[in-house]
Amino acid sequence: MSLNIFMQQLVNAASLGSLYALLAIGYTMVYGILRLINFAHGDIFMLSTYIAFYAMTSFLLPWYISFAIAIILTILFGILLERGAYRPLRNSPRISIMISAIAASFLIENLAIVIFGGRPKAFPSVPAFSKIISISGVSTSSISVIIPIVTFIVLILLGYIVNQTKMGMAMRAVSKDYEAARLMGINVNTVISFTFGIGSGLAAIGGVMWGLKYPQLIPLMGLMPGLKCFIAAVVGGIGDIKGAVIGGFILGFGEIMIVAVSAFLPYDLSGYRDAFAFVLLIAILLLKPSGIMGKSSVEKV
Amino acid sequence: MLKIENLHVFYGGIHALKGINLNVEKGKTISLIGANGAGKSTTLRCIMGLVKKSEGSIVYDGKDLTGFKTRDIVKMGLVLTPEGRRIFPNLSVKENIMLGAYTRTDKTEIERDFDRVYELFPRLKEREWQVAGTLSGGEQQMLAVGRSLMSKPKLIMMDEPSLGLAPLIVKNIFEIIREINDNGVTVLLIEQNAKAALEIADYAYVLETGKITLEGKGSDLLNDPDVQKAYLGEAVTKNIEKNE
Ligand SMILES: Nc1ncnc2c1ncn2[C@@H]1O[C@H](COP(=O)(O)OP(=O)(O)OP(=O)(O)O)[C@@H](O)[C@H]1O
Ligand SMILES: [Mg+2]
Repeated sequence: MSLNIFMQQLVNAASLGSLYALLAIGYTMVYGILRLINFAHGDIFMLSTYIAFYAMTSFLLPWYISFAIAIILTILFGILLERGAYRPLRNSPRISIMISAIAASFLIENLAIVIFGGRPKAFPSVPAFSKIISISGVSTSSISVIIPIVTFIVLILLGYIVNQTKMGMAMRAVSKDYEAARLMGINVNTVISFTFGIGSGLAAIGGVMWGLKYPQLIPLMGLMPGLKCFIAAVVGGIGDIKGAVIGGFILGFGEIMIVAVSAFLPYDLSGYRDAFAFVLLIAILLLKPSGIMGKSSVEKV
Repeated sequence: MLKIENLHVFYGGIHALKGINLNVEKGKTISLIGANGAGKSTTLRCIMGLVKKSEGSIVYDGKDLTGFKTRDIVKMGLVLTPEGRRIFPNLSVKENIMLGAYTRTDKTEIERDFDRVYELFPRLKEREWQVAGTLSGGEQQMLAVGRSLMSKPKLIMMDEPSLGLAPLIVKNIFEIIREINDNGVTVLLIEQNAKAALEIADYAYVLETGKITLEGKGSDLLNDPDVQKAYLGEAVTKNIEKNE
């Protein structure tokens, strides 16, 4: 019995880790290309779940159309955010653009409270995802299995885009040297927009799946996952996509395992799950500040 | 092919170029020499649209480049191999070379030019899949030149291609420059290594603190006593400084 519960928790950990990974990639990609921590990234994630929510409840659209709309609108929003809040400041001191990011975050959160209301909303349950499935005695909701599978497919697609396509090559070039990239004829603005689009798209994919798995929406719901996934990106080595994925999974597994292990301990540790990210952050900053995948060696330039 | 008139550039309060006139004739090799900080790189970066000019005109192939994006300038066959090589260290050798052809769509010709780059620099072919950041300095310079050639240049501008390289490799690079020129590509060359630059040049300019102070045939400048005193005597020591 307890082994069954443990297996269930393992599935939960895989799906939470997947969601964190999807969100962490956005931080790491934007940092890689702009050296900016996009504080509004968690809020972009929040927006995607609300868009999906309204598409399903107010417009009564089927879930797949709603999710597609949520992903597309969130991508557009991410691109517009960069245009409006970050691009005008690109040549300003680093601190200005960071303050702009914090401001954007507060603005989105507070507008969300005004527009969506502060009261929690229940994400509609979609029968296809809330089925209980059981594999050799371990039963879990289908969404918990679907999340890691979708994430896996998305990551392979992302790897293909970044490593095999011309745009991916341009992204990697721009992340190292804007001016040299320009000299190749690369339109740096387009590449940056594309990067924000991808990061926001991944956040939206994570967002709608989050809504299915944890169906309670509040305007500040992006805050904690955002902060944690930023930590995941740092732990993995900020700027490195693989690192962000690893960081996200470490976080997801760590949190769930604290809860799982608590069941066997004399005192309940599960209240500390949110602290795990911060403990991990402190540990990595002490042991390997450049992160798990981070290069501490200097490249010859 | 390229005509610069009364070009002024400011960096904030620093007046880096103070009314430069420069003419690059088609098919020729033109050298621009001058001490550190004279404004050589600024001139090239301004031509490419990377820094804004405050006054003057840059006309390439009959078109005034004012307001042109770097991307459009590259598409017109005006290409810069930047100072310090600026290869992408995180990309493979092959990817770096392919990025040179970023704006091009003529697939078969790209393939052909790609093979030509490898013919010109067989060492790069051996290292095709190596991450470019791990190449030696000389190899990185070859990569930078090869990458520029992929942009199908009509006029290639090279900013100190011999910087920090051993004499043998410098010789090699200069041979390549000559070969590129022989293939019909116009060359605008910036060099600290004034002797080599003047030897290879059909025509040359001397830039001093933002002004052209002297111009003439390469061979004439080589024999000019002022140039000899100011640049040829020092060329050796400067190279040593840069090597460190
Ligand atoms: N981005 C910049 N901001 C401010 N000043 C600059 C900038 N770039 C160059 N300068 C200044 O403009 C002047 C010309 O610089 P430039 O790089 O064109 O010289 P250079 O002739 O290429 O020198 P070197 O031989 O050392 O490469 C120098 O005084 C330099 O300090
Ligand atoms: Mg220079």
